[in-house]
Amino acid sequence: MSAETGVLLTFIFMLAVVAGIELISKVPSTLHTPLMSGSNAISGITIVGALLAAGSTGDDTLSIILGVLAVAMASINVVGGYLVTDRMLEMFKKKKERKEDT
Amino acid sequence: MSGPLQFVYILCAFLFILGLKLLSSPASARRGNQLSSLGMLLAVVVTLIGNELLSFQWIVVGILAGGVVGALAARRVAMTSMPELVALFNGFGGLASLLVAWFEYRRNPDLITFTAATVFVSVLIGGVTFTGSLVAWGKLSERISGKPLLFPGQHLVNILALAALLAGGVMFALAPASNETVFYGILGLTALLGVLLVIPIGGADMPVVISLLNSYSGLAACATGFVIQNTVLIVTGSLVGASGVILTRIMCKAMNRSLANVLFSGFGSAASAGSGGTETREAKSVSAGDAFVMLEAARSVVFVPGYGLAVAQAQHAARELGDLLEQNGAEVRYGIHPVAGRMPGHMNVLLAEANVPYDQLAEMDAVNPTMDTVDVCVVIGANDVVNPAALTDEKSPIYGMPIIEAHRARTVIIMKRSLGVGFAGIGNDLFYKENARMLFGDAKASLQALVAEFKEG
Repeated sequence: MSAETGVLLTFIFMLAVVAGIELISKVPSTLHTPLMSGSNAISGITIVGALLAAGSTGDDTLSIILGVLAVAMASINVVGGYLVTDRMLEMFKKKKERKEDT
Repeated sequence: MSGPLQFVYILCAFLFILGLKLLSSPASARRGNQLSSLGMLLAVVVTLIGNELLSFQWIVVGILAGGVVGALAARRVAMTSMPELVALFNGFGGLASLLVAWFEYRRNPDLITFTAATVFVSVLIGGVTFTGSLVAWGKLSERISGKPLLFPGQHLVNILALAALLAGGVMFALAPASNETVFYGILGLTALLGVLLVIPIGGADMPVVISLLNSYSGLAACATGFVIQNTVLIVTGSLVGASGVILTRIMCKAMNRSLANVLFSGFGSAASAGSGGTETREAKSVSAGDAFVMLEAARSVVFVPGYGLAVAQAQHAARELGDLLEQNGAEVRYGIHPVAGRMPGHMNVLLAEANVPYDQLAEMDAVNPTMDTVDVCVVIGANDVVNPAALTDEKSPIYGMPIIEAHRARTVIIMKRSLGVGFAGIGNDLFYKENARMLFGDAKASLQALVAEFKEG
């Protein structure tokens, strides 16, 4: 990697941290549990790296194990994280909506 | 990496950001989560078709295995066990990042120093997150004791482990290809460090720990983004990292303790002696019938739920009573302390599951200013978070902690099994106030008795 790329990536990192702080501060405490499970899900973005790994393993056994395990772990986060967050958010209803349900 | 692919990744990052933005209100949150998952799907699909991947069979195996496990866990978990699940997911996220970094090193050991350093950081944070989260999961699910595990020289051991890791990291970063043994040493030490850092922390402080580990899992993904030079990993990882840090701060503030105090003091290890035994004041107890008369006349009622409510599985009974009070013409709210429950926001989820509408869920800072006008405040299974000693008694261990000021309501009804102490191990002045009434017994049974009174009357 060139020094230029390193600087660029670090710059992106800094901006993302600032954006993250701004966004997360606006999440009401009512939703902090879904926030945590939802951020579990998006931290599963490592799946991108895991897919590249598992898709280019060749025949080195250790590489295959590392790649498959990485995909599996990241998939648990992505699939489990989004589903459980959706399950929770579905339960949050306003008074009016609740009356219509019952 | 090709140009068009990078543009799609930017779109994915945008969808994640939008998803978090929509999480600012319960009304739009679900749509936000769906948009975010769409972004993830997009990221996976373009990664699969946009790169010249050699083999798909291992990808399919990994996705199927992980997807099935994740879906089953998400579907089956009870809302009371959510903290354990989040702890586990944090751990898996950390492990995934570690494995990807390890793979990169295995594929090409001859890394330049900057990349080798990011591999080291990725392995360090990922490893600590993984084993630390497993310990947190064990403590939360009570598979291991929730008591802080302390041993002599603990801090010294931690410092030595960290120093050895950093030294190993420098060696590795300078000459990664000739230091494979050092790399394996680093792997082992990070795993050990994760365990060492979490075992001295008590079960009731786990909300802080899982918030912090949440942040680490994001930072691990971020470090891995540097390793494979992928911007979407860096952006997303930073968002998660920031989220965890903010939640950690909120939890620490709500307990009036510093992060260092939570992590290193072994709080809750000694059963605080000397309190409670000398209590000479008398608490006034009431029957369910008396409590019913007070509640029936009330125009404004605030419930203050604590973790005891969830333990007694009394959420549904509380909601039923709340509905009856509303039909009776009272304004009903639930005042929720930030540390009620076992993780940030846990109590809100438990009440939402019991069908409490979210417009009735009020934050501590929203209920306190109105407390003087509340006719009856019903405390269910909460203790330390309503203890007025936190405001007035400078000698109290919880002095300075923000509380829900239940004692300012016209009448306070406290549902509790006994006058016993809470987690902080101290007696509660609230029980002896002029306007306080104890309704002894199991919270669920007491609530059901009140519901029955309302239905008869």
